[in-house]
Amino acid sequence: MSTAQTVELETVAIRFAGDSGDGMQLTGTQFTETSALLGNDVATFPDFPAEIRAPAGSLAGVSGFQLNFSSHEIYTHGDAPDVLVAMNPAALRVNIGDLKPDGILIANTYAFTDKNLEKAGFEKNPLEDGTLQMFRVFPVDITSMTLEAIREIGLNQKAAVRCKNFLALGLVYWMYNRPLQHTIDWIEKKFRAKVPDIADANLAALKAGYHYGETAEIFTHNYVVPKAKLEPGRYRGINGNHALGLGLLAAAELSGLELFLGSYPITPASDLLHFLAAQKHLGAKTFQAEDEIAAVCAAIGAAYAGGLAVTSTSGPGIALKAEAIALAVMTELPLIVCDIQRGGPSTGLPTKTEQADLLQVLYGRNGECPVPVVAAATPGDCFFVAIEAARIALRHMVPVVILSDGYLANGAEPWKIPDVSAIEPIHTEFRTDPEGFLPYARDENLARPWAVPGTPGLEHRLGGLEKEHLTGNVSYDPANHQFMTELRAEKVARVAQHIPPTEVHGPASGDVLVVAWGGTYGAVRSAVDHLIAHDRAVAHVHLRHLNPLPDDLGEIMGRFERVVVPELNMGQLAMILRARYLIEIRSICKVQGKPFKEAELIRDISAELEHAR
Amino acid sequence: MTRYPDLPPTDASALSAKDFKTDQDVRWCPGCGDYSILAQVQRTLPTLGIPREDFVFISGIGCSSRFPYYMNTYGMHTIHGRAPALASGIQCLRPNLNTWVITGDGDSLSIGTNHLMHALRRNVNLKIILFNNRIYGLTKGQYSPTSEVGKKTKSTPYGSLDHPFNPIAVALGAEASFVARSIDVDAKHMKAMIQRAAAHEGTALIEVFQNCNIFNDGAFAFISDRRERPKTSLVLEHGQPMRFGKKKEYGIAIGPDMKPRVVDAEAHGVENLLVHDEGNPTIAYLLSQLSHPDFPTPIGVFRDIQRPVYDRMLQAQVDDARARKPGRSVQDLIESVHVWEVR
Ligand SMILES: Cc1ncc(C[n+]2csc(CCOP(=O)(O)OP(=O)(O)O)c2C)c(N)n1
Ligand code: SF4
Ligand SMILES: [Mg+2]
Repeated sequence: MSTAQTVELETVAIRFAGDSGDGMQLTGTQFTETSALLGNDVATFPDFPAEIRAPAGSLAGVSGFQLNFSSHEIYTHGDAPDVLVAMNPAALRVNIGDLKPDGILIANTYAFTDKNLEKAGFEKNPLEDGTLQMFRVFPVDITSMTLEAIREIGLNQKAAVRCKNFLALGLVYWMYNRPLQHTIDWIEKKFRAKVPDIADANLAALKAGYHYGETAEIFTHNYVVPKAKLEPGRYRGINGNHALGLGLLAAAELSGLELFLGSYPITPASDLLHFLAAQKHLGAKTFQAEDEIAAVCAAIGAAYAGGLAVTSTSGPGIALKAEAIALAVMTELPLIVCDIQRGGPSTGLPTKTEQADLLQVLYGRNGECPVPVVAAATPGDCFFVAIEAARIALRHMVPVVILSDGYLANGAEPWKIPDVSAIEPIHTEFRTDPEGFLPYARDENLARPWAVPGTPGLEHRLGGLEKEHLTGNVSYDPANHQFMTELRAEKVARVAQHIPPTEVHGPASGDVLVVAWGGTYGAVRSAVDHLIAHDRAVAHVHLRHLNPLPDDLGEIMGRFERVVVPELNMGQLAMILRARYLIEIRSICKVQGKPFKEAELIRDISAELEHAR
Repeated sequence: MTRYPDLPPTDASALSAKDFKTDQDVRWCPGCGDYSILAQVQRTLPTLGIPREDFVFISGIGCSSRFPYYMNTYGMHTIHGRAPALASGIQCLRPNLNTWVITGDGDSLSIGTNHLMHALRRNVNLKIILFNNRIYGLTKGQYSPTSEVGKKTKSTPYGSLDHPFNPIAVALGAEASFVARSIDVDAKHMKAMIQRAAAHEGTALIEVFQNCNIFNDGAFAFISDRRERPKTSLVLEHGQPMRFGKKKEYGIAIGPDMKPRVVDAEAHGVENLLVHDEGNPTIAYLLSQLSHPDFPTPIGVFRDIQRPVYDRMLQAQVDDARARKPGRSVQDLIESVHVWEVR
């Protein structure tokens, strides 16, 4: 029996790191789900290489999964991990810099061979040369123990070695007093029927890891992290891309329209295509087009035909879609464009996160070509943003861009299950009455009528050439062009009439207002809460609507000494706010392919607070 | 559930050509071949038994792509080269519509080749009319991907260098299920081709030789001249020996070297002539390689086969999935993973 002492902790961040083939994403996901089931609040950050299978043991092939679990509400995956599980020297090298001083390092000694050490650029074995003194280092021969634990099952060497992630998981489960049941159920469901010996081997490895922790007496402590006081209700886990998919399906249901997605695979947006492609039983039609241009064009066709039309991509795909998005602006068709941002420019950092497409989606088209833009704040928020985007697109007959990012797309959190039937339906109406029909007449939202093919008497032609007001006929009239340009701008501006009052988190006025948007929500909220708890006069506004901006934003910013805008780009929202409100905006910029750390923001916002005094 | 305006269809039998004309002034140059193609389409649609509200005409950019503005149907003048993609979206969402694509040789074989080929390969239920004038008309006369080598235009004052695309061969390469060719001036033939394309299930491509009398006048003079045509063209008829000439005095035969040659029909024996078969890809490809002046240029249907239609299959997948899991809602999907209760 274990002699380890049990210590209670509030929040723990663990990072599992290994080769991309080592199953680290799976390990992290299992720990996340188990912790969520125990009632912890959890946030995750999967971080994988762009290469599918970089050479084994190489720095380029390191895949990581960090999760943060807590007995109180948390907003981020945690700045620095308390525990690092490194399956090989490369994983150690890439991740050790992030481990907290005095943090726990579990290293798989089996993989610390001369060859692997060399591949990771170590001259000496760091587990032996004293360079890791500031950490609590636990060298464990995870691979050999796995092989030993499953020997009787008789798998071949390659398959046997692959079970080692479950041994590591079992060990960490023991350290944090987690039950094995959820993972046992998962293994049974996943492997039992098809490959029963793999099921047995994984179960044996999982249990061996757990028992090792219990009996080996190398760990003097293990830990509990009590339940969080989450809002009561029914929960499930969710990542951003699935939430986005569910939101689009919900929008189709709420509007009574058929969902059509035109898409072309690209990281980190492909999962949305995969997810919706599997929902044909809900009537979703997905079309994997030959390229991004075809994908958006097919969606525009579907919009003309009366569908809830969506196209999804990342930054490089948005660049390709620009001309077609402008066609949707000109033809005034409802279209949802999902941009799951990644590091740019060009191919950039495909698997890393960034917020540098804001100006591209706002302005990256020819001519005066405004579109509404909304951004999701958390993985679960992607669901609600999708519905909001559909509402705007259908109410105003306009293409709408949704900005998400790699961090939100892959990050997971416990999600309080929404009641779809309690969400306000999305009112849509197809024009059917030929009497007085004019394709470019408008309602109070400046939306033109949606007359779909198949409707007798409403035959009409659309196109990218400038339209004459009301008739929609081609027009080169100079005054008409000015009028229509202003009208398209006004139509987008009127979206603001439907934006609810902006929520200011913290004091209504004070020294510093932090204005942020998108996936930085968690880090900003944590940092601002920290500062508020230390009696600083700072507040947080998180923008969902980036175009148009909320009507009350200027007035709110005016109530603070300083306005600070943290962004994972070189200051794009900051530039827009300066131009729009002619006020000084302080910019906090980070473009490292990684989300903000809470500590970085506390430091930088504190500096602004000093100046505000 | 899906809801489109559920109104009774109008009477298709009462339609005539004038029902398909719009009040917009047609703005092609006087004498442009586009006029006659427009007239034939307007004359042919009423013969198809399809209500007017079900027709959709989608075009790209070019002189030819102005076409939808002159058709009193649903339609869209889209962006350069992308019409097949946009039309695919319409047809995939609503397979019961009748979607036509109007495109030029630059539109469909330069900037939009990709989309044309993929539409043909998928076999989406689209009827594509490719106006081939072997020139860029709208941008005022640059050579196009179907222009002959050595063509002198504003952008190729020393003559063009690149080998042209053969639209029929490109379509056959994409394994198109229906491929035909017609001539702007041959009203009767074009009408027949439009009817054949309309009757085809899947993507149908008709290449129309179209005269641009401003920038490439006479490009097809060898075949548009009524007196020359019997000698310079080979009218394809399924199941019939390939014969041409004023009195059908010539024929196409295959030599022992497997190469086609022009023969005297009677002397060679009509029974020894090559017989056209719209289902035979080898014959279709062989025909695509025949052209004036060494051979008569074939017009008619090169290929017409049945294969599964993309938009129908997509609809069937959805219907099938729905039948297997009836009555599901988004709420069900949200709750289909592990759910736990926080008290
Ligand atoms: C993106 C883009 N590039 C270029 C153009 C200019 N452009 C318009 S039509 C055209 C060529 C049209 O040639 P074709 O398709 O043969 O049509 P035609 O005018 O001969 O009927 C070009 C290059 C454009 N409208 N859009
Ligand atoms: S430029 Fe040529 S193709 Fe264009 S309208 Fe004039 S004649 Fe026709
Ligand atoms: Mg042309």
